[in-house]
Amino acid sequence: MSKKQHYAITVNGKEEEFLAEPRELLIYTLRERLNITGPHIGCETSHCGACTVTIDGKSVKACTMFVAQANGKDITTIEGIGGPDNLHPLQNAFKEHHGLQCGYCTPGMIIRATKLLEEIPNPTEEEIRFGMSGNICRCTGYQNIVKSIQAAAAEMNAAKEAAE
Amino acid sequence: MKDEVTRDERVDNLKGMGCSRKRVEDARFTQGKGNYVDDIKLDGMLFGDFVRSPYAHARIKSIDTAAALEVPGVLAVLTAADLEPLGLHWMPTLAGDKQMVLADGKVLFQGQEVAYVVAEDRYAAADGIEAVEVDYEELPVLVDPFEALKSDVVLREDLVAEDGTLPDGAHGPRKHHNHIFTWEAGDKEPTEQVIANAEVVAEESMYYHRTHPCPLETCGCVASMDKVNGKLTLGGTFQAPHAIRTVVSLISGIEEHNIRVISPDIGGGFGNKVGAYSGYVCSVVASIVTGKPVKWIEDRMDNLMTTAFARDYWMKGKISATPEGKITGLHCHVTADHGGFDACADPTKFPAGFMNICTGSYDIPTAYLEVDGVYTNKAPGGVSYRCSFRVTEAVYFIERMIEVLAIKLDMDAAELRRINFIKKEQFPYTAALGWEYDSGDYHTAWDKALKAVDYDGLRAEQTQRVADFKAGKTRKLMGIGLSFFTEIVGAGPVKNCDILGLGMFDSCEIRIHPTGSAIARLGTISQGQGHATTFAQILASEIGLPADSITIEEGDTDTAPYGLGTYGSRSTPVAGAATAMAGRKIRAKAQMIAAYLLEVHDDDVEFDVDRFAVKGAPEKFKTMKEIAFAAYNQAIPGLEPGLEAVSYYDPPNMTYPFGAYVCVMDIDVDTGVPDIRRFYALDDCGTRINPMIIEGQVHGGLTEALAVALGQEIAYDKMGNCKTGTLMDFFLPTAWEVPNYETDYTVTPSPHHPIGAKGVGESPHVGGVPCFSNAVQDAFRPFGNTHTNMPHDHWRIWKTANDLGLHG
Repeated sequence: MSKKQHYAITVNGKEEEFLAEPRELLIYTLRERLNITGPHIGCETSHCGACTVTIDGKSVKACTMFVAQANGKDITTIEGIGGPDNLHPLQNAFKEHHGLQCGYCTPGMIIRATKLLEEIPNPTEEEIRFGMSGNICRCTGYQNIVKSIQAAAAEMNAAKEAAE
Repeated sequence: MKDEVTRDERVDNLKGMGCSRKRVEDARFTQGKGNYVDDIKLDGMLFGDFVRSPYAHARIKSIDTAAALEVPGVLAVLTAADLEPLGLHWMPTLAGDKQMVLADGKVLFQGQEVAYVVAEDRYAAADGIEAVEVDYEELPVLVDPFEALKSDVVLREDLVAEDGTLPDGAHGPRKHHNHIFTWEAGDKEPTEQVIANAEVVAEESMYYHRTHPCPLETCGCVASMDKVNGKLTLGGTFQAPHAIRTVVSLISGIEEHNIRVISPDIGGGFGNKVGAYSGYVCSVVASIVTGKPVKWIEDRMDNLMTTAFARDYWMKGKISATPEGKITGLHCHVTADHGGFDACADPTKFPAGFMNICTGSYDIPTAYLEVDGVYTNKAPGGVSYRCSFRVTEAVYFIERMIEVLAIKLDMDAAELRRINFIKKEQFPYTAALGWEYDSGDYHTAWDKALKAVDYDGLRAEQTQRVADFKAGKTRKLMGIGLSFFTEIVGAGPVKNCDILGLGMFDSCEIRIHPTGSAIARLGTISQGQGHATTFAQILASEIGLPADSITIEEGDTDTAPYGLGTYGSRSTPVAGAATAMAGRKIRAKAQMIAAYLLEVHDDDVEFDVDRFAVKGAPEKFKTMKEIAFAAYNQAIPGLEPGLEAVSYYDPPNMTYPFGAYVCVMDIDVDTGVPDIRRFYALDDCGTRINPMIIEGQVHGGLTEALAVALGQEIAYDKMGNCKTGTLMDFFLPTAWEVPNYETDYTVTPSPHHPIGAKGVGESPHVGGVPCFSNAVQDAFRPFGNTHTNMPHDHWRIWKTANDLGLHG
């Protein structure tokens, strides 16, 4: 009695095809089916943002989206933005400015910040605080997260200018 | 040999104590490569989850699991009846009580574990849970501890003898069937006399509401019984992995050497992950029954409703003083709501934790504390949420009593504190309730803080604001929150502090590798504090090898030396001390090796940063790197090869970090919304190991304090329904609500700690809660407010304004 359906999603540039029940939440698809464990589960009610990924260019909380809704979509997780040899400026800035402690919120926080800096390349502190308010951190008090994002923005803008 | 590098450069190369070394943990966390418990995936792994009680108090008439066992993917359903033959249907709590692992005939709180469904995955487990039928008979619910102490309703029939008498509890005689213990500290009669004869007495009752540590990662575990080799591996969110191993061994009968407990990366703890929970026991049993690994992960609702609440103290205080403001006595009574089982995480001799630090930073000659623990139909727990054993409650109590006394005396609260501070020359200071404070310089810290914020200027501004408000020029009031706190952390001397009989020492084991790098293992476990970074810094300074060449490993009981884990800010005070002591053992052997290599007497060489040099001839030296190689590869008469050391450190005393905080807040009386304009935090945590990490800890602790003071609570209705089971209702501040904090420090080293460090992770929470609360209360003080209870959410602030007639 299979209730499974066929789905195809692209995750970090790689196409994945599999059978799953439509009720499966995307976060479990990523974490358990595809072994992409960067995005985390903190609440399953869209409040904490630990599961944040980018879907077709928008920040989405993967804990409240069914895999059926993600069918055919292009998904980017923390694993898709940079690695040991090509760190994303945000990944580097979070380390440099102590923007994390236990690390549990960090993948969601950074992936959200990548979108924020696309939406607003040179954000004010207020814009960062508002733009990041869907992601909860229990450890840092946010002050160093704000600092990290400001530093990454400056670095990315400088790189862009140098390239132009 | 010529030394090309300056001494300062050699110091810098070590990245030892005092520098803001970047964290070594961050590479994996920023790249999504952390390894948290829910990331563990084992072959054939099953998933277990609980059927939970919808009622706060009910008898269980029957449990029917037949339909659940028909659900595809469900393999087993455990109930108390299945656990009873193993003696595992109840388990001991950390407080000397016992707790049902699965409901044994009745339930005592909403969300209590009733049955454990084991399935192929979490969806099948959820389907199975839906199919378990439990027939409940509702019983009267007690959510108010004062009512519980008068009620005929017996919550714990197991604690009443057949003849109706009450056997003693773990902490002595019980006054009523819903009473757990009475605990006293200090001198009752002298204190009552002093207060009765005092010229000035202030009294206040305050409720420190129930809340929850709520780390972003919930609790969970993976139990894997290898029946071939008879070995149990238990990975999980354990703040005290060795203690969990011992407890699992004691209650399961599996010999301790056959149990390996692993704490992987932990996504925040804050006290939530100290205790032993039903999920751990059931997962172990399920793994034994099925022969397969079994994972259990709480969802957020399980977490908030069932594992580890904090606070819930009803505190009644009396404080007496001379008309000049010199405090003469303090009396405190607490009614402590412990829920359905007493599962508080406190050292055995301290059923109310270190609540008897409630004389705070003040030289109070006479004091008395009495705490009554009470059972109610709420979740068990009573953990130390980012504090050392009830210190948050104690500091909140005294910092509120000081404010209330200041109102009574019509005196400035900052000045009242200054008059009563323990003086620098009084340390070590023995407080009226028994503790010996190791060191402090409160006046210096206070003066620095008040100067930094221009305290007099703030008061002048506030006076003007009150005038403007009264003149109708503004609808915003201004509050100045003050707090001066003394923490008591680093439990503890084994003679005073044990949990379930396990002495609260800690440990470090170091192996130096031949090429001059090292690994050190500790009995603690980081949950975000950055131990891998800071403990390497301690060692770098102690043994002269670069921190970057030292791996720190924690959390695997097969490899780490025994320790009591990380909570109560004990890692730096206890394991940090063990690290320094083990380092010194390494250095002692290194000195002998160096002397041999340099062909001088042992006493003729001295340690200098990264080497031993001949006294008076610094150009003759051997670096620690050279010494390490020689330790393994050169036959030295009278010395074993190798360079290793282990230290088990039993601290002679606890450490007493302190700090001075000031919060400036604007409050809109019409909306009840507070705007934190400024927050200044001065912390004295003794010797500072990594200023960057200290600042980060302060930011985080203050933010958790903000949450507790301004909105976060676990609330129940009269039926015992938990009203705050999701993050919709349970307040966690976002970047939007949180201000920028100004941090500052003084340094008063601990005289008994090998490196003088005191611990800092919890200070900002302990000191922050009263500071935020005092700011709210202070805003309304000019209009007649003395005290209102936390949490000061928008509604309660609005109501305070309304009650004071400020809405016209």
